[in-house]
Amino acid sequence: MIISQQKNREELLQNLEGKKRLFLVGCGACATACKSGGEEQVFQLQEWLASVGREVTGSVIIDEACHIMRAARDLRHHRDAVAEADALVVLACGAGVQSISSNTDKRVIAGLDSLFLGNIRRLGQYEEKCSLCGACILNETAGICPVTTCAKGLLNGPCGGMEEGHCEADREVECAWHSIYERLKKQGRQGVFARTVPPKNWGKLRKPGRLKLG
Amino acid sequence: MSQLQRELSQHRFVVTTEIAPPKGVDLSAALAKARALQGITAVNVTDNQGGNMRLSPLVLAARLLEAGVEPILQLTCRDRNRLALQADLLGAAALGVENVLLLSGDHMRFGDHPQAKAVFDLDSVQLLQAVSHLNLGRDMADRKLQGVPSFFAGAAVSPGAEPFELMFQKYRKKVEGGARFFQTQAIFAEDKLRRFMDAARPLGIPVLLGVLLLKNAATARFLNANIPGVQVPPELVERLEQAADPLAAGVAIARQQVALAREICQGVHLMSLGQEELIPAMLT
Repeated sequence: MIISQQKNREELLQNLEGKKRLFLVGCGACATACKSGGEEQVFQLQEWLASVGREVTGSVIIDEACHIMRAARDLRHHRDAVAEADALVVLACGAGVQSISSNTDKRVIAGLDSLFLGNIRRLGQYEEKCSLCGACILNETAGICPVTTCAKGLLNGPCGGMEEGHCEADREVECAWHSIYERLKKQGRQGVFARTVPPKNWGKLRKPGRLKLG
Repeated sequence: MSQLQRELSQHRFVVTTEIAPPKGVDLSAALAKARALQGITAVNVTDNQGGNMRLSPLVLAARLLEAGVEPILQLTCRDRNRLALQADLLGAAALGVENVLLLSGDHMRFGDHPQAKAVFDLDSVQLLQAVSHLNLGRDMADRKLQGVPSFFAGAAVSPGAEPFELMFQKYRKKVEGGARFFQTQAIFAEDKLRRFMDAARPLGIPVLLGVLLLKNAATARFLNANIPGVQVPPELVERLEQAADPLAAGVAIARQQVALAREICQGVHLMSLGQEELIPAMLT
């Protein structure tokens, strides 16, 4: 899931300068789960906008705002309210914002900052485990990604800053390499410690990424 | 062949220390400091140490060579991708720098530019391999070099890190990657150092014990709180606390460590924290 949080109201207000009438877009998927762009947050945004003298022409929660065609369809269903607006405020991740901006010539204002691809510990507690690098070595690291969960993304073991199994960059966090080591030991295998991992092929991280099946 | 390599191959007890490039363009103080050093084989030139931006270590290393002081160029993965690392290495070789110390680098989170993008395109093991490759006349893309460098490559190790086995696996990878000497992080626990040296000795790579001058109890506490991988045991903090002359007590502790290194290591790497004039006292 894409983890996002709302920009602070002050920053949002600066972006709203000169925009009187606004159409609001939320996202029914990740931003709803993150409580950053669900129905409740769109409603709260509407109330706040009224308090700072703005008019809301309408709103929609798109099932998955990153779905470009679905966003187009939902905006068409609200054609008149969108047409009346000076700008659209989008409470969705960066992908969602761009679905919207690709479907309208109006000014699109992003209301969220997109943070990372997150795992859910429990509702409201998210952790980054994968950075979508395009070349997993998880099979050798007992299912723990050092590219993401090591602060330096090292591939051949811990740095000299590891202290009692904790990370140099944040003592609260367990060293990824310590976790990998402990889990491999439990599994009775050497895994990634059996070889020197060569420099990573960052070329596999196609930027911008594209995948077309079939 | 560098003096460092020669002395280590002759099994002479080697002493290195380190000097940081200035934050700015005036090299005179750093060069004066380096010239005044006595009893030192080579001087590490640190690379944005602790993630704090300073003048390029390559430039200071080259100027040290001109001044007749042998440098060990430190290079961290934190700041450069594989192109930049190799480019700087070739530049160093062209300027006559032979000794290099290859490090992953302290995280920049606690440095003076915490908003910078961390690089870590390579890790220290991979960088060692890259240098071994350059020494064979090929770059990482296996392209032939015009003129072949002959680096004497070293690496760092934290002998006190736990779990021991995890730390040692990385040490072994660095040896296999081409590390020809090691400098250790400061370590004050003799039993841990002995355990490490017992395991490291069969691999046959010289180890220079990192000896850090504890100036007083406050320094020790600062190290414990802020320097990753450095632990000053409570009894030493206490000893500094009780000492009438803390600096003299710190020098005495350093001297004990140098004596221990003479027994079980192949040299020392002295970190005098700006008190270079005390180096002779630490060595006697």
